[in-house]
Amino acid sequence: MSRSEVDPGDGVHRGKPVIVDRYSAGARVNHWITAASLVLLALSGLALFTPALYFLTGLFGGGATTRMIHPWIGVVLFVSFMGLFFRFYRLNLWERNDNVWLSRLRDVLANDEGKLPEVGKYNAGQKMVFWSMSLLILVLITSGVVIWDQYFSNYFTIDQKRVAVLVHSVTAIVAICVWIVHVYAAIWVRGTIGAMTRGQVTGGWAWRHHRKWLRDLVTGKN
Amino acid sequence: MFKPVANPTTKPTPALFGEQDLIRRSASSVTPPAKRQTEVAKLIDVSKCIGCKACQVACLEWNNLTEEVGVNVGVYDNPHDLTENTWTLMRYTEYENAESGNLEWLIRKDGCMHCEDPGCLKACPAPGAIVQYSNGIVDFVHDKCIGCGYCVKGCPFNIPRISKADSKAYKCTLCVDRLAVGQGPACQKACPTQAIVFGTKDEMKQWADHRIKDLKSRGFKNAGLYDPPGVGGTHVMYVLQHADKPQIYASLPNNPTISPIVEIWKGVTKYAGLAAIGAFAAIGFLHHAVAGANRVSEEDERNAERLTEGK
Repeated sequence: MSRSEVDPGDGVHRGKPVIVDRYSAGARVNHWITAASLVLLALSGLALFTPALYFLTGLFGGGATTRMIHPWIGVVLFVSFMGLFFRFYRLNLWERNDNVWLSRLRDVLANDEGKLPEVGKYNAGQKMVFWSMSLLILVLITSGVVIWDQYFSNYFTIDQKRVAVLVHSVTAIVAICVWIVHVYAAIWVRGTIGAMTRGQVTGGWAWRHHRKWLRDLVTGKN
Repeated sequence: MFKPVANPTTKPTPALFGEQDLIRRSASSVTPPAKRQTEVAKLIDVSKCIGCKACQVACLEWNNLTEEVGVNVGVYDNPHDLTENTWTLMRYTEYENAESGNLEWLIRKDGCMHCEDPGCLKACPAPGAIVQYSNGIVDFVHDKCIGCGYCVKGCPFNIPRISKADSKAYKCTLCVDRLAVGQGPACQKACPTQAIVFGTKDEMKQWADHRIKDLKSRGFKNAGLYDPPGVGGTHVMYVLQHADKPQIYASLPNNPTISPIVEIWKGVTKYAGLAAIGAFAAIGFLHHAVAGANRVSEEDERNAERLTEGK
């Protein structure tokens, strides 16, 4: 017996077209707080990462304010992402069919999903984004505290701070790349963005991309 | 005796160097001057130091700094470390020389070494917050400093300190303001034994040679000059009785270099990182151009309707 792919709050409404509830208002607010913090962190972080983008400090009121505010936005992101993590982790647990999906990534990229096993609430790509972001954010907050000199400068050695600043930079770059994949997928797969704005998708979208989730919703399995 | 720096005229004179003499500027580029000024240097002869701390006092006086009243824990070092107000510090080491059986009191005046290849400047993300003049002075420009502490990570000598009061980085300026009008650094002026002398870098090397010969004749066979090549040489140099063991002088680094971690962070990471972000964005555009949007079809919608209606 496989697990139910349904989250509390998911629902299906008959009609033409069928409308499916995918994200509750709480999940959406949680997502957009995380999204806004991540964008602000990327902008302020890149400003301090490379002189070519130092001008971005202007968005935050200058270099010193950017330096001061960046770690605090990081705290907001971390707390907010924790919320997302506990909301979403269960249906992001890896299953055997995810390996099949990954091995046929070529078909996915060619918009030819028909031959793939039916997907639950999340496909393997979404799960990889979820787990890599979870790991990256954990590394970012940890290394970030080590280089948050305003409050923690006395707790770490200079050598530890050197390692932390390099780890923080590299991890942030990877996180930005994962973020690009996430945003691109939402644009490329049309009909997706409504899930995070109105909380709803059409039945056709669910049938096409997350058929197992739709079946579980319709049969009331939970 | 080394000829002391003469007192300059009391009449106003134009500055001997300025903006136009910058050879490096943090997080930005400068057009280097056509002609480099004569490199200057401060030579600290540890063997002549009597530990009077006149240099520390002169530094506080000239730079209008006040150190907090500290706590005596049974050592002469006061304060216990460099701070945002203490830009130079006498560090006292009791060294038992196994060879001679003597107890030697090694007193090293710690402070910015004014590296030819400054790690602080390399690490700094704020354009123009750290500058290097062609005469060798490395200086912090406080109205551009953002207080990130990257200079602390870049420095191989653990010198810069971030002020708790204004969150900006502070260190020895080599008395850039005195040098600009032809005076020597305040610490040098105050030193009663000429343990600190100041002049051009060549003069200082020559004077160091003379001092090293003297020390060798007195049995310090490893006496030598500390001008570490790992940072391209420095504009503050030491004459050490035991130049083969700099670490006995309150952990003076044996072969200081900018940490390879800092070099990687400020070097390849910067370019590879931006390239990776650009590549991901480009792949996105290319994929969309080639594969096109993934759209839900009418048939998908009908299938969903049939499923919900139980057909």
